[in-house]
This record gives sequence, C-alpha cells and structure tokens, in this order.
Amino acid sequence: MTIRVIVISMMLGLCPITWADSHDLNVTVAVTGPKDKTSGFKALVSQLSVKSLSKKKITVEAIVKLENDRVRSLLEALLEARLFYGKAAPHPIYIVEVVDQGYQLTDAVSGQSLGIVAKKSIKKVRINNRLRRLIRGALAQKDLRAADPSVRLQAVHTMSKNMTPAVVALFRETSKHERDEDIQLLMLAAVANADLTATDGAVRLAAIKVLAKTMQVEYVSTLKGLLGVDAEGIYSESDRQVITAAKQAIKEIESRISWYENIQTLFFGLSLGSVLVLAAIGLAITFGVMGVINMAHGELIMLGAYTTYVVQLLMPEQLELSLFIAIPAAFIVSGLCGILIERGVIRHLTGRPLETLLATFGISLVLQQLVRSVFSPLNRSVSTPQWMSGSIDFNPVLSLTLNRLYILAFTLLVFFVLLMILKRTRLGLEVRAVSQNRAMAKAMGIKTERVDALTFGLGSGVAGLAGVALSQLTNVGPNLGQSYIVDSFMVVVFGGAGNLLGTLISGFSLGVATKFIEPYAGAVLAKILVLVFIIIFIQKRPRGLFPQKGRAAEG
Amino acid sequence: MGLSKLLQGDTGGQWLLGILVVLAVGVPICNLWVPETSFFHVSTYVVTLLGKYLAFALLALAVDLVWGYCGILTLGHGAFFALGGYAMGMYLMRQIGDRGVYGNPLLPDFMVFLNWSELPWYWHGFDQFWFAMIMVMLVPGLLAFVFGWLAFRSRVTGVYLSIITQAMTYALYLAFFRNEMGFGGNNGLTDFKDLLGFSLQSDLTRIILFMFSIAALISGYLACRYIVSSKLGRVIVALRDAENRTRFIGYRVELFKLWVFVFSAILAGIAGALYVPQVGIINPGEFAPLNSIELVIWVAVGGRFSLYGAILGAVLVNFGKTFFTAALPEVWLFALGGLFVLVTLFLPYGIVGLLRRKKAVSS
Repeated sequence: MTIRVIVISMMLGLCPITWADSHDLNVTVAVTGPKDKTSGFKALVSQLSVKSLSKKKITVEAIVKLENDRVRSLLEALLEARLFYGKAAPHPIYIVEVVDQGYQLTDAVSGQSLGIVAKKSIKKVRINNRLRRLIRGALAQKDLRAADPSVRLQAVHTMSKNMTPAVVALFRETSKHERDEDIQLLMLAAVANADLTATDGAVRLAAIKVLAKTMQVEYVSTLKGLLGVDAEGIYSESDRQVITAAKQAIKEIESRISWYENIQTLFFGLSLGSVLVLAAIGLAITFGVMGVINMAHGELIMLGAYTTYVVQLLMPEQLELSLFIAIPAAFIVSGLCGILIERGVIRHLTGRPLETLLATFGISLVLQQLVRSVFSPLNRSVSTPQWMSGSIDFNPVLSLTLNRLYILAFTLLVFFVLLMILKRTRLGLEVRAVSQNRAMAKAMGIKTERVDALTFGLGSGVAGLAGVALSQLTNVGPNLGQSYIVDSFMVVVFGGAGNLLGTLISGFSLGVATKFIEPYAGAVLAKILVLVFIIIFIQKRPRGLFPQKGRAAEG
Repeated sequence: MGLSKLLQGDTGGQWLLGILVVLAVGVPICNLWVPETSFFHVSTYVVTLLGKYLAFALLALAVDLVWGYCGILTLGHGAFFALGGYAMGMYLMRQIGDRGVYGNPLLPDFMVFLNWSELPWYWHGFDQFWFAMIMVMLVPGLLAFVFGWLAFRSRVTGVYLSIITQAMTYALYLAFFRNEMGFGGNNGLTDFKDLLGFSLQSDLTRIILFMFSIAALISGYLACRYIVSSKLGRVIVALRDAENRTRFIGYRVELFKLWVFVFSAILAGIAGALYVPQVGIINPGEFAPLNSIELVIWVAVGGRFSLYGAILGAVLVNFGKTFFTAALPEVWLFALGGLFVLVTLFLPYGIVGLLRRKKAVSS
C-alpha cells in the first residue's frame, strides 16, 4: 500500500516527501503515446478553428481518443477558454496565458513558447455546454486510467459526486481493471449505491454486500432509505433478505466508522499529550533534581516560541529551514535564561521550596511584561513550513495532520535524548546522584552548584524546545506560557516528580483521557474533570504514579 | 480572655485597631459632612476604594493564618474569596427583581438571555438575605472542609498541596466560565441595584458598607489573634515547624490543619461578600490562579508571621497596584514581579520583619 509506506517513512522522519507533494503529480501524467500519432493529432487540432459546433464536437471526440501527452493541456485550455486560433489562413491553434502586455502564446501541438502577441490578432475557440461536459467526462476517464493511483483516486472522488448512468457504467467497467483495492472499492461502492434501486432483488443484495465494506456516512443514509416503513410499519422493501442484509450492513459500516473515529480521537489525544509532555518534561527535570517548583517555566516556553518568531523574521527567505535554526536557538535562549534565574535567585533559596515558588512566579510576571513591552501584547503568528502542513487522509473518517505528527515525533525524540543524557553521560550521573542525596554527592566531590545550574539550564532549554513546537500549533503571545503552566504541573504531579518516564506516561494518558471525554462533556468540562481526577488521585498516591523510592524520597 | 489581654504585647495590633477605629469615625464624617470643596473631604470613590482594600486585608488575614501560622501555602484562597463573592452576588442579583433589562421578576437577565424558563435549584433561597449570608460562609467552608479533609488525611504536603489547591482554583475558574453553570458565564454577575433595600449607588450605603468592612476586619483580626495566642495556635505553629514531631507527640495534626483551613476559607468568603457590593461585579476572573498567587505576595510583603503584617501588605500592595495601573500600567507587572523576587530573597519576614530587626538593633 503506497499510502502506508509514505506514512511509515514519514513517521520515521526519513522521507521528506509530503502528501501534498504527491498530489501535485496529477498535473503531469506520464502517458507517452507512439510517435506516429503526432501527425494525426496535429491534423485534428487544426480542425478546431471551424465555426460549426457539431463539427467541433466530432473533432474533440476524436482528439479524446488519442494517446498523446499534449491532449490534456489542450483540452484543459479549451475548457478554461484559453484556446485561441490565428486569424490568418492556416489558423494555427494556440494555448494562451494572459499577461500584462497581451497574450503569451504556446503552440498547442508542439508545446513551444511563441512569445507575446497583441490581443486582437487571435480569436478564441468557442465551445458550448455540451462540449464542456464531453471534455470533462473525457478528462476524468483519462484520469481513471492514469498510472498514478492518487490521480485515479482524485478522479473517482470527483466523478462519484455526480453519478449519472454513464458514470455508473464507466465505473463498473473500469473497476474490473483497477489494481488498487481502495480505489476499486470506492468505485464498486458508488456503483452499488446506484444499484440499490435495481428491480432485481439479487442485485440489490449484492450491492448491499459491497456497501457493507465501506465507511461513508452517505451510504448509511441510502441504506436506511431501503428500510423505510409505511404507516402500518410494513417495509416498502419486499425482499426480507435485503432488509436483514441492509440492517447488517448499516451496523458494519457504523461500527467501522466508530472504530476509525476512535483512532482519530486517540491521535488527537496523543497529540495533546505530546504537547503536555513537552511542556512538562523540563519541569520534571528541575523539580525532580532540585525540588524547585519553577513557576516561570511557562514563560521559558513562551521565550522559545518568541525565538522561533524572531528567527523567522530574520530569515524570511528560508522559511522551510528556519525551524532547524529555531530549535537550537530556542534551546540556548531559554537555557541561558534558566541558568540566569538559577544563579540569580533560586540558588539563594535552597531548601525553601515555597519561597522559590513565589520568587519564580515573580520572574514569570517580569518576563511576561518584558515580552509585552518588546513585542507588543498582540499575538504573533509563526508560519508553518510547507513540509509540515497538510494531512494524511487514510479514509473519510481518519486523517492525521502532519504538524501534529511531527510534534509527536519531536516529543519522543526529545524524551529519548533527555533519557540518554540522564542515563549515559557523566552529567546525568551527577544529576542523579545529587537528586538522590545532595549531601553525600557533595562529599564525593560533585560540584553540586554546577550540577544545579546545568540541570536548570537543561530543563529550561527543553522548555524552549516546547515553545518551538507550540509556535507551530497556536499563536505566539505573552500569555502562551501561562496557559500551559497549570497543565504542566498537573502532568508532573500526576506522573511523580523527578521521573521522566512517569511524566511521559502521565502526559500521554492525560491527553488521551481529555480527548476521549471531550465528545461527551465538551472541552471545558473535560478539562475540569481531569483536574478533579488529579486532585482525587493525589489523595490516594501523594507522590504521583511513579514515586521516587528509597530514602531519597523523604525530604 | 479580655480585649486588653488579647492585645497585650501586640503593639502592631494595637496600632492597627487604633487606625481602624479612627478610619471608622473619620471617613464617614469627612465624606458626609465635610463640604466637597474642603481639603478634608473624602470622596465616595475613595471610600469605596478603601472599602475594597479592607476586604482584601481580611482576605490577606485569612491567608496569613494558614500560610504564616500553619505552613500551608494555599494557592486557592482566591477561589474561597470568589465563592463568597458569588453567594453575595446571587443575593444582589435576586434583589434586582423585575428591574432588569428583560424585566423578568424571577430570572436574572442572563438566564432570560439563555432562554432558561425557570430558576435552577441552587438559586432558590438567595432572595433571602440571611440565607445568602449563611451561604457566604457555608459554601467556601464546605469546599475547604472536603478538600482539606481529603488532602490532610492523606498527608499531601508542601509543594504538592500548593499545586493541587491551584488545580482546584483552576478547575473552578474554568467551570464558572461556562454558561451552563448558571452563574452568568464570562460576564459574571453585575448590574446590582440594592442591598436590603438600600441603593448601592447612594453615598450612605457606601459608607455603611465601609463601616461593615471595618467591623469585619476588626472582628477577623481579633478572632485570628485569639486563635494564634490560644493553645490551639501553639499547636498550629508547632506543626508548621515540625509536623512529624507534633504528630508523634500525640496531636491529630490533620484535624488541626483542617480546622484552621476551614476557618480561613470562611474568612475569605466573608471578604468576598464584602468586596462584591462595593465594586459592583463578580466574574470568573476572580478565580484566576494569578489572583490567588498575588494575594500570597501581599502577605509575604507585609510579613507572613504577623497578622497585622498581612493587613499592611495587602493595603500597601493594592495601593501600589491602584497607583501604578493608573499612572504607569507598563511598570506594574515589573514592579509586582520584582516585589515577589526581592521580598522572598531579602525580606523573608516582610516589612514587619524589617521593622522588628531595626528595633532589635537600636535597643
């Protein structure tokens, strides 16, 4: 399955091709016909300059049958009224592009550019509605045979919007040769939907069986139409078998839709969770190691987001690349700011966590106002690079937005890098030693002050990374941090302070839980319920899901 | 315990009560009887402003009792304050009667606007003043009781407790924004007309409210003073300094904490009820987590281990807020933020601590 291959490779971050790119391919369909047909094509095209519409129709019908790669652009131009002919005797046919100075001509047969001419020297090839219908149908038919499955898919979608008997027949025929199962099913279902009105009960039954494999809501409604009853409760449908089959099919379609809807919700939940994790994981580091509640954490996130904004301002030409500059830049800006906070304030408040909470809250106010004064209190929007926009549509129900997928991947990446730093590096070893027993670590010769500063810088830098990610989802404003700070604390407290894995699990589970409650309770109530749940949960497990164990936990 | 015994050795408290009594006598005279042209005239605007400060002072007192004396850093007292305010606001809403924009005799305007046909059950009874006053104390008290009972019994302490009180505030903040809650949603309750038949716009009513605020603050102060100088107060301070030791000596620590927490929440509720008629509006913004943290800083600035310090801090910071937000709005958050940092770094005992140190040095 091509779609899945693309998805998987994208999730791994290996393949820079996006779905949007592959859509663009439907403009150039590579169907090359044999050389000798060019002369026939040329002869037919030259006949387009005749006035008679019925003669023109015969010509178009002939052109449609040709396998020439110029046919498409010619027909499209004709449809868009961009096909002109010269007033002089052989009446050459041109495809025209309107520019300021007049018309930019392209030879319709050879595709050569012929320069710009004045408007009056050429005449438009006129067509009527019947011809337009003919051309549209012909183009769609060509698409149905295209080599690129995405072009075929697009064509099926367009054509099934208007299921005339001709289209039904066409689909019935083409579906036999279709190799892509998804596209084939789409066509068969469209045909089956039309077959539901057939007089033969067996045909209707077969059609229902096909429809049962789909997941379009509109088929549910046509199937329900079959089950219509009159005043006495007697089905208008005479065949009992059809009725049972239709009921069964509706059930199947609906259960399939709800299955994919659940996957969609799960994705939204994971996406929300990834944002929560990203916002909270820096907090988990600072809180876990130093026991410091950093209320300015949200503002460090905000600084990261503003760094992204500034980087984009500085390099408007390289929008696609700016994010790769912004990621390290935001890490450094927020990290340095964090080290400054640690050196300037927190160091003087060791062992007084509640005072630290207040002091860092003061810092958060100052940072907010600073940003307001420098960048104005208005929200700034950071543009999303091309390769991050768009979405992957699996089926009518399930579609995953790319920016959220990337952020999910980014979160996991950040998480594993942090985990590696803590488990595999010397700094990580020292950090863990200090977090378990500060006095003993100091006695062993670890410079706890340096470790504190670096840890705080690391946690703050990660907040900056969260800011980069958030800038791709929401507007960047002075209140950005504030709206995430309470949530990130909930995640840390729920997961158990100082435990990275706990933070990861708690962030994702809170995100997923919120999104699954939302359809029933609404967004605000869902959030309230989650908060209440955490409050009650803390009563049962005051140290979170994964508390630190051993003597280090006391204190 | 007589009044003199209660204030024995409490110089700050004596000063405070003295000033409050002077205000209680002086402000009404200067407002009602001194002609407007006179230098000594106090405008109604100032009276209302002072009344607002007094309500905040009472709130600060409540926070100081739990934080300074009991060691519970609450980030939820803004919620108790707002709940008391909402209870008062509901009474004032019902008093509007058919004078609202839609002229519905039973339903407040916002319910008519939402196409509600009858009063929600929890709005019944609020047309009676006595009922509303009971609710002003009962609702915050009950919430504090349930919350505290759960939290203290399972020994949630320190930063964790602070965070979940904040979660509680935040949940209420979100909840009161919802129109479905039946508390006016985003706009809250406003457009009040009168209180017990007195028009809220008249100078006399404002003065009476001001006097009530002073009376409430004086009684609140004396009550807190009584608590902290009683044996109960000693236990509270003991558990603040060494919770486990106090527990092992044989005191049921959680019950003491719970008692103080509930009492303090009720005080905060009363402060809210005094605040609402004076400012004329209550909306979900009062639940904002920021507000709850801000009032902790009032106490920190004044001095968290002294009751009059909390009052001093509340008045000073709010005066600064009134001044700065009018004169230099850009500077206010810088100033407030700086205050947080400087006070925690250099003045752990607040202004009162500074004064005490000066006194100790000079003697």
